Amino acid sequence: MIASSFKRRATFALAAITSVWCGAALAQDTIKIGYIDPLSGPGATVGEVGLKTFQFLVEELNAKGGAAGKKFEVIGYDNKTNPQESLIQAQKAVDAGARIITQGNGSGVAAALVDWVNKYNERNPGKEVLYLNYAAVDPILTNDKCSFWHFRWDANSDIKMEALTNYMKPKTNIKKVYLINQDYSFGQSLRTIARTMLKAKRPDIEIVGDELHPLLKVTDFSPYIAKIKASGADTVITGNWSQDFALLLKAAADAGLNVEWYTYYAGGTGGPTAIKQTGLNHKVFAIVESFPNDELPSARETEKAFRAKYNTTVLYPRAFNEMRMLAAAINKANSTDGAKVAQALEDMKFEVYGGGEGFIRKDDHQFFQPMYIGSFGDIDKAKEPFDEEGTGWGWRQIAKIDIKDTMLGNTCKMTRP
Amino acid sequence: MGRASSLPLNLWDGATGNWVVSFGTQHFLIKRRGNVLELVLISTLNGVLYGLLLFLMASGLTLIFSMMGVLNFAHASFYMLGAFVGYQISKWAGFWPGLIFAPLIVGGVGMLVERFGLRNVHKNGHVAELLFTFGLAFVMEELVQIVWGKAPVDYRVPALLDFSAFTIFSTNYPAYKLFMLAISLAIFVGLFAMLTRTRVGLIVQAALTHPNMVAHLGHNVPLIFMLVFGVGAGLAAIAGVIAGPALVTQSTMAGLLGPILFVIVVVGGLGSLSGALVASLLIGLLQTFAISSNVSMADLFSFSGFAPQPNTILNDLWRVSVAQIAPILPYLLLVLMLIFRPTGLMGNRES
Repeated sequence: MIASSFKRRATFALAAITSVWCGAALAQDTIKIGYIDPLSGPGATVGEVGLKTFQFLVEELNAKGGAAGKKFEVIGYDNKTNPQESLIQAQKAVDAGARIITQGNGSGVAAALVDWVNKYNERNPGKEVLYLNYAAVDPILTNDKCSFWHFRWDANSDIKMEALTNYMKPKTNIKKVYLINQDYSFGQSLRTIARTMLKAKRPDIEIVGDELHPLLKVTDFSPYIAKIKASGADTVITGNWSQDFALLLKAAADAGLNVEWYTYYAGGTGGPTAIKQTGLNHKVFAIVESFPNDELPSARETEKAFRAKYNTTVLYPRAFNEMRMLAAAINKANSTDGAKVAQALEDMKFEVYGGGEGFIRKDDHQFFQPMYIGSFGDIDKAKEPFDEEGTGWGWRQIAKIDIKDTMLGNTCKMTRP
Repeated sequence: MGRASSLPLNLWDGATGNWVVSFGTQHFLIKRRGNVLELVLISTLNGVLYGLLLFLMASGLTLIFSMMGVLNFAHASFYMLGAFVGYQISKWAGFWPGLIFAPLIVGGVGMLVERFGLRNVHKNGHVAELLFTFGLAFVMEELVQIVWGKAPVDYRVPALLDFSAFTIFSTNYPAYKLFMLAISLAIFVGLFAMLTRTRVGLIVQAALTHPNMVAHLGHNVPLIFMLVFGVGAGLAAIAGVIAGPALVTQSTMAGLLGPILFVIVVVGGLGSLSGALVASLLIGLLQTFAISSNVSMADLFSFSGFAPQPNTILNDLWRVSVAQIAPILPYLLLVLMLIFRPTGLMGNRES
């Protein structure tokens, strides 16, 4: 303790001295990215991985010379998964010189940030801030609440549900479905669209439960699992993420609940460990833009390097698309001016992390890319080298959704500067 | 919506197990959803377990509150500290040494806090004490974050107890939860025996109801205060050690449980250990069963032949299910209790 606190103090002092020397010079020379996500509390497990991903990407891009002659720099701001706190942190990031903010965990936070960025840019012409969203999937962000300053790299919730329900459609073993989601904008929109799509595609399926629970506050899901069990469900659909997914599956494992799980975020930190405990071999499905075992050789190399460095899987391949495209856009615009970079991003086509071509739709700033459904279970180590969290189980791709099948319409009426 | 004109006619559809209740021309299908008995049994077990865990913490809090008049805001922080110290010891020496030493260490910390913090602040009155414990809660959270980080730590259930103890219908019940139940019950029995059968217990009980009288009789009240504070912190730490592996061990765990403890102290009644037990079980069961229920206001009213139209004002309010409001039920109980029975269920004095 004493030794480490001394070391910490010494490092701090050293850092302070260094920053006095070259702080002023650095401040103007880097492209600062404010990373606003939970770095404490129940959301921190995925927030930390996100920050590491962006740090990894900044190093990768800087090794190639950065963009427009400048190096990237990412600074983490802890928003505690709280919309109000996020606005304070966004202001802090901008005060520290960031003109780009990025966030992903929580659509409630995302909606607040979109409003904030719109207002800020209106009041500060010439100093526009861009908001790059790598994971908040509430459809509203690229529909009614769409903004010229916001770009989203993850497929929105409706797109994911469309793909999952298409996959479920021919499976006759699905008879009773239970919905369990977090009680906020994303969870509510997911349950509504799941009901609508199931009704249209499989009217014979009975929805035996439709649960909303508090976001990131439940520490014991046993009562919910007891209810799922009593409902006689054979299938559960959930958009739960971070701790809310890991603990849900942990409680399911304890009670011995034997159902199929259709999820958005089963791959998040703690998720694979909990799935392994349930013993549900290839019965937990997730929809993502790429799985480590089915990627291009280049992506496999990245996966290896990332695991060697941080001892965790590449949880956000979309962050790779986001940052690499941002660098390309800054180079194209030869400027870090918010409006110019945004214009360069609109309509941009890009070879995505998992292979294939993706593009940003100009109408609503939604990024489109091929999506994949995978199942989690035992793997053939010779062909599938990557397991998750040391469980010996890994992801296996079972369905591909072509880009044309992900193209849902939108109601966005964007005001351009 | 037509009003009910005739008596309800109940029909049980034997093939599906569903009930059809008819009011005049209105028919309501009540679906039989799986095994209700199973749900009730499992929910009872879950509720009792949660309640007993709450009691481990509330017992210390209510003792401290009743004797010293201090509403200890930092009490749940001792629970958190217990979980982290237990986790650390389990990394070095395994789960079982953690179960024994973590509560002793945290109890010791509690005594130091009382001796060198609270006792000095005491001179400046209750408001100062309240603010002291309020600040202490934040300090402890920050300290834990500095030492163990902000993300949850990987506190594992001991391998010895990592299996399912029994199966009710088709639901497994983990052995570890059974162990939690047993520990909580043993501590309640031990605490109760100590308070009612020993000399120290008698003095503590006397100090609960008549603190000034006990001091006048020549007992060393500050020493009793220190011991009670230490024991209270130690009990909270035991709760932390056994709950840590089953729930999540993270620095925010104090904040999630803290407010519920105050509800228990108020509902149970000042100075009553059995009140705290009853209130803990009540809230544990209330929350667990509320989650298992799907009933909403709209459902209740639909039986009277009146159902709110969809898409009317307050539509959302009508359709909110009991499960969704489960987290606020304890606080509703707190408010009602303060209005209608300020002394709590079993309390016998007001201040």
